[in-house]
Amino acid sequence: MEQTANIQVEPVDKSKIWGIWKIAIILAVVTGIEYVFAFTMDAGFVRSSIFIGLTIVKAFYIVSEFMHLGHEVKGLIYSIILPMLFIIWLIVALVNLEGASVKEKRGTTDYEPTVMVDDRYLQ
Amino acid sequence: MATTATLGKKSLWDGGVAPLKASYGKLMMWFFLLSDAFTFSGLLITYAFLRWSTPQYNGDPEAFTFSTEYWPIPEKVYEAFPGFHGVELPLVFVGLMTFILILSSVTMVLAVEAGQRMDKKNVVKWMLWTIIGGFAFLGCQAWEWSHFISGTDIPTLGDVLVNGVWVENYEIFGANLTFNQYGPPVFAALFFFITGFHGFHVFSGVVLNVIIFFNAANGVYEERGHYEMVEKVGLYWHFVDLVWVFVFTFFYLI
Repeated sequence: MEQTANIQVEPVDKSKIWGIWKIAIILAVVTGIEYVFAFTMDAGFVRSSIFIGLTIVKAFYIVSEFMHLGHEVKGLIYSIILPMLFIIWLIVALVNLEGASVKEKRGTTDYEPTVMVDDRYLQ
Repeated sequence: MATTATLGKKSLWDGGVAPLKASYGKLMMWFFLLSDAFTFSGLLITYAFLRWSTPQYNGDPEAFTFSTEYWPIPEKVYEAFPGFHGVELPLVFVGLMTFILILSSVTMVLAVEAGQRMDKKNVVKWMLWTIIGGFAFLGCQAWEWSHFISGTDIPTLGDVLVNGVWVENYEIFGANLTFNQYGPPVFAALFFFITGFHGFHVFSGVVLNVIIFFNAANGVYEERGHYEMVEKVGLYWHFVDLVWVFVFTFFYLI
């Protein structure tokens, strides 16, 4: 007995399914690029910036397409995105300013293998 | 005539209108996720702050050795893979975890898409795949934690407090909340807290997915006439994936 005869299953829109997989491929490729940088480039400010940039690219695709935010009304987009801008200030204030200040006040210095050897010779 | 005029000029506050053209449930899920994003931002900023104010290793990455005095290079910490003991495979396992979570996000989008077409069979199918992906990720994380806790074959020597007594050059294997072989004590504490908090989100997501799976399979949403619950839980599941993208960058890459 078909009780749900009134429910109409709409046919699959092939282009829509392909669109979903296309985003998945983009995410995989961007992650792959991150791996290339991780293994071929020395750590530093430039590499970290590239990583953060690529992370934001991935975040954009997940939020905009997978979470469908890009297709919502402008008011909803702004009420989600604008509050996140406060985070930028928090990063600058707590990490770059406060972090550097605490490090300086503690008197901690980075570990330099060559400098350590020189110290021993001096003593 | 006066009546028609007032009817035509209906106020937004009279009800019956969905603000921002999104349903109540979806809107509240979005704002919950926004608050959750703040929580995770707080955790990741704490990580960055503590790392920024801790001594860094400035030497040659090839000559790097673990020490409790400075922050470790992430790819030297996460280089194990199940079944490949002693083989250095930096970031391979975490890459697999990322791949699993992205794929489970894709299957979730496919479930939402099927729900919009009232295609019950496919909703159930893709929800099941999403649940399997979630469990696979949790399994990977359990393995990673157990490896992180038990540690490598070679211990790191460090001065630690054992049973209330300071021991110099103590052989540290693995990690706990007091000390660890990879770096300063706070390194392992942050690892446990941040990946643990994310893992707990994944676990909650899997629980929600299981509930939605059974409801969909039992025809609850078909009777209701729409599959919006799949969309709402889908939002949460994608958020978990989104957070992992950030944890992956800040914890494992930088």
